[in-house]
Amino acid sequence: MPYQALAVPVLNYIGLSAVIFLIGVAGVVLRRNPLIMLMSIELMWNAANLLFLTFARTSLNNAGHIFAFLVITVAAAEAAIGLAIVVVVFRSRENVDVDEIALLRG
Amino acid sequence: MIAFYVLAAVLIVSAVWVVRASKPVYSVVALLLHFAALAIVYFTLSAEFIAIIQIIVYGGAILMLFVFVIALLSSGVAPFQSGPNRLPRIAVPALTSVAIMLLFIAYAIGRVPAVTAPSTQLPLGAAVGTANAFGSVSDFGRALFTTNLLPFEITAFILMVAVIGVVLLAGDAAPYVPTRRRARAVEREMREAVLRAGEE
Repeated sequence: MPYQALAVPVLNYIGLSAVIFLIGVAGVVLRRNPLIMLMSIELMWNAANLLFLTFARTSLNNAGHIFAFLVITVAAAEAAIGLAIVVVVFRSRENVDVDEIALLRG
Repeated sequence: MIAFYVLAAVLIVSAVWVVRASKPVYSVVALLLHFAALAIVYFTLSAEFIAIIQIIVYGGAILMLFVFVIALLSSGVAPFQSGPNRLPRIAVPALTSVAIMLLFIAYAIGRVPAVTAPSTQLPLGAAVGTANAFGSVSDFGRALFTTNLLPFEITAFILMVAVIGVVLLAGDAAPYVPTRRRARAVEREMREAVLRAGEE
């Protein structure tokens, strides 16, 4: 028996991913702390990754794993740059409430 | 099967905790729990390598970055402020967009009925846990370094660009970091100029 079937229907994985993604969206929209917003973005990356791996498993195709791997690296780059921006903003304004960072609003 | 639901509960609770936490440090702790549970879910999807990478890169590297930045910023003057609660103002658009998204998901699932069926018929391959099994390191590595070599190289390039960008942004000799004092001086000058113009 090479491969066992998944213990639960695939729909459960999809639903779980959607719920986590929505929680991440809520975090970005509701919180004004840039660190927590960045962490919510990480939640959304992970929800997408979960879907990639789920569909890779159902179709037994490696491409989903490759894509998840690339997503993880891009997420790392995004986190690094986002945190660098937070540090720079904090250094210049001594405050990191994103509502006050409105320089580009015009 | 019970394991999946326990893991799903842990994932959802820790995700909510990340969003609701009063301090960013608590969010980091919740996020660590979330990543660990997610790695176990990846194991159930027989994605061994990605699960390990998840622990190492997310749990190790990215969370460390967050912890460092929190430690760096919290030692400053102003503590983090939570800001006004904006739930009432955005409740209606948020619920609307959630409904639209759920409709899209339902539509997509309805379009592909094969996806939602429990996958009982899978092509034969090496048994789970053996060297060449689906999702194992050798399986993943062969796919990464043969078929997908170009994306791999591009990712390396992206990482390099990110590192250079971070150094340029937050490095010691940051090109232009307007201090609050300088901003105040500019503001005062402008106000005086406006006053002078008004007098003339």
